[in-house]
Amino acid sequence: MMHGGGYTVDARIRWPEWLPWIAALAGFFLLPEYLSLGARILIYILFALSLDLILGYAGIITLGHSAFFGLGAYVAGIVSAKLGITDAFVQMAAAAAAAGLLGALTGAVILRTRALTLLMLTLAITSIILEIANKATWLTGGADGLSGVVVAPILGAFRFDLFGRTAFLYCLAVLFLGWLLARRLIYSPFGAMLTGIRENTQRMHAIGAPVYWRLVGVYTLSAVMAGVAGALLTQTNQFVGLNVLGFEPSGELLVMLILGGVGRLYGAFIGPVAYLIAQDLLAKQFPEYWYLGIGLLLVAVVLFARGGILGLIDKWMPFSKPAASAKASAR
Amino acid sequence: MDAVLETRSLCKSFGALTVAQNIDFRLRPGERHALIGPNGAGKTTFVNMLMGALRPSSGRILLGGDDVTRAPQAQRVKRGLGRTFQINSLFRNLPVLDNVALAVAERRRIALRMWRAAGSYKEIIEESTQLLATLGLAGDLTTPIVDLPYGKQRLVEIAIALGLRPRVLLLDEPAAGVPSAEAERILQLLEKLPPEIAILIIEHDMDLVFRFARRITVLVQGEVLLEGTPQEVARDRRVHDVYLGEQHHG
Amino acid sequence: MILYVISVGLSVTMGLMGFINLAHGVFAMAGGYVFATALGRFGVPFPLALVLAFVSVALASVVLERLLYSRLYGAGELAQVLFTIGLIFVAAAVARMIYGTLAPPVFLPEYMKGEVDIAGRGFPTYRVFLIVFSAALIAALWFGVERTRWGAMVRAAVDNRGMAQSVGIDTRQLFTLTFALGSGLAGLGGALGADIIPVQWSYPFEHLVYFLIVVAVGGLGSLRGPFVAALLIGIADTACKYWIPELGAFLIYAATIAILLWRPQGLFGARA
Repeated sequence: MMHGGGYTVDARIRWPEWLPWIAALAGFFLLPEYLSLGARILIYILFALSLDLILGYAGIITLGHSAFFGLGAYVAGIVSAKLGITDAFVQMAAAAAAAGLLGALTGAVILRTRALTLLMLTLAITSIILEIANKATWLTGGADGLSGVVVAPILGAFRFDLFGRTAFLYCLAVLFLGWLLARRLIYSPFGAMLTGIRENTQRMHAIGAPVYWRLVGVYTLSAVMAGVAGALLTQTNQFVGLNVLGFEPSGELLVMLILGGVGRLYGAFIGPVAYLIAQDLLAKQFPEYWYLGIGLLLVAVVLFARGGILGLIDKWMPFSKPAASAKASAR
Repeated sequence: MDAVLETRSLCKSFGALTVAQNIDFRLRPGERHALIGPNGAGKTTFVNMLMGALRPSSGRILLGGDDVTRAPQAQRVKRGLGRTFQINSLFRNLPVLDNVALAVAERRRIALRMWRAAGSYKEIIEESTQLLATLGLAGDLTTPIVDLPYGKQRLVEIAIALGLRPRVLLLDEPAAGVPSAEAERILQLLEKLPPEIAILIIEHDMDLVFRFARRITVLVQGEVLLEGTPQEVARDRRVHDVYLGEQHHG
Repeated sequence: MILYVISVGLSVTMGLMGFINLAHGVFAMAGGYVFATALGRFGVPFPLALVLAFVSVALASVVLERLLYSRLYGAGELAQVLFTIGLIFVAAAVARMIYGTLAPPVFLPEYMKGEVDIAGRGFPTYRVFLIVFSAALIAALWFGVERTRWGAMVRAAVDNRGMAQSVGIDTRQLFTLTFALGSGLAGLGGALGADIIPVQWSYPFEHLVYFLIVVAVGGLGSLRGPFVAALLIGIADTACKYWIPELGAFLIYAATIAILLWRPQGLFGARA
């Protein structure tokens, strides 16, 4: 199932699109001992969705998307632990605003460049923020991490419980909203326009699109979404560590999205699910094999299956193929 | 009458290589103007400068009387400038309809709408469909460009530009690489375009140029050699020497 | 200096072949491991161990290049980035399986351990050796690229691949050789630096940013560029950590961003 958007596509929600939500709710009732993993997966799906917007649809390659995720996580944590504001939505709004601001500012600066330079700039920006978080111990806790994050009961009624039930449902609700927005965006004229930029920037210029500003716009939106995902992570863990920033979380996220399939909306769902569950099963017992496996898989995906898991499903089940779309998504 | 598009001593050089030298050029409203010249004369460079894809080294460009020399492409397009590319520059993986609809959406300023589905903007789809129908592409609306024969791709190239409803249309070899029967069809379509659109066409096929254009500018090594009516150009000795002698390029 | 030896190799592969090779640190790591193992376990003499590190890494890279890299020369940046990230994962895992999580100790020969007296002050012999050796290497490379036939061909291929091919240069073979040289240099750099920068399985991750900065700042396809950049960054980094440790690597990143915005193609890069 491809989700390319555009003017010839039927944008109504088809039944398979409800499956992830049914699966999530089923998981909630059937696997209560895995709820914290579940919440982590939901958060990463939101994060991957934000990356898919800029990478899969607008074609911006970045190694620094963790900058926004990490900033959101830290801002939410600081608002709670240092300012004493425990309202979940205020924390999230602060995180979203900070990430959005960073996205707009850095986007305005770096999106004039391309290729390796762009890649380096994104990497340098997340590295800088990592360095700040590491050194500003009074604010962030430095290498020890920021603890003492308190989140008041959501809407005054739902307390974060030890078993992570509230956290899971809270993440699920936020992800649902994020998905709804992302899906709207992808099928809208704006989404079609982004696909146009990815497909042929030269032509977009020639039909009068101020490409640079459009990219800054979508970059900012994506940063907001990543910031919200970061805030969710802080709120569910009630802790922030340095591992939310820098190259590694960016690379990991990229891997998840690639495994799932880029530019397909649901690649951002399948990727984190597969990656994080496999990691949970394998990584602790056999860390070497885990890295080996991920590495080999990545090489294999690049060489043989550019569309990721969803791409393979498309290939093997040739029904319901819209006329055109994400063929070029893995460029 | 005032020129709708004008350049004043436009120059461009890449290092030591001069590709445009003091080009003074005027295009009047509704005019059918051809730009000819041997390969490497700087025709496409000239179009790129008019569009804003390339910044001139010196000189001015006026669009509708306003100086747009430093204006970005997007602004020039909003003021009524449209172009096609010599080498197809299409959204190759998108359906034909979307190729045109993207341009129509930009012109109608709905390209930033993020909520309603693109497919629900009936006015965009209807306009694009009609436009494609006038070019004989009504049967290919949902075909991705990659699956479209080359001749039809050239038509989509023109359709995208027309979706902008330009006042000035720059056609960079619209019939490049097309067999002569199809080139004839493209010419017929061009002749049917609304007369108020001013058209500058770059073309190698002399038959096509002499049938279509009312004025011709001859560009040689970045300089205007001559400008005049087709008859004047055809009579000119120098044109024969530098250009018509090697016209079998295109 | 070590940074330079490693990065210049990367500059060669990235600049010449237009391939975004994030896995370059893998070759440096491999060189370091080969070197440490040869010295420690098999008692290979020091100079021979260096040669071994260079040659074995270069050979291994030829295999990789022929089998895998060459398939992706025409592919997009994203594919290259992902592919090389994948390679890093694989290499890190393999390294961890063989060597565990600790860096193997590096047994330098006695004559490298003491101090030498230069202008009345004592300097560790090994560091002096590193600087002298790297300087010699730079001179050799410079000579190689500027004066030899191979250098001329490489530069021609960088400037215009199609043209180089049409005048009868076998660019494919040239690329393989160049890739081997670039990787070999990385291996050599990793080996030389093994005493100072511990060779661990996480090596390619940890230093990736530095290699990339050096190349991006220096400019692709230039030998002088990464040299100047490595020197600048090395000095700035040390100075920074010495005088204002609270800022850490912050200034390096900030400087990188500033330089890249000022000159997106790097300090000495060919104009894009």
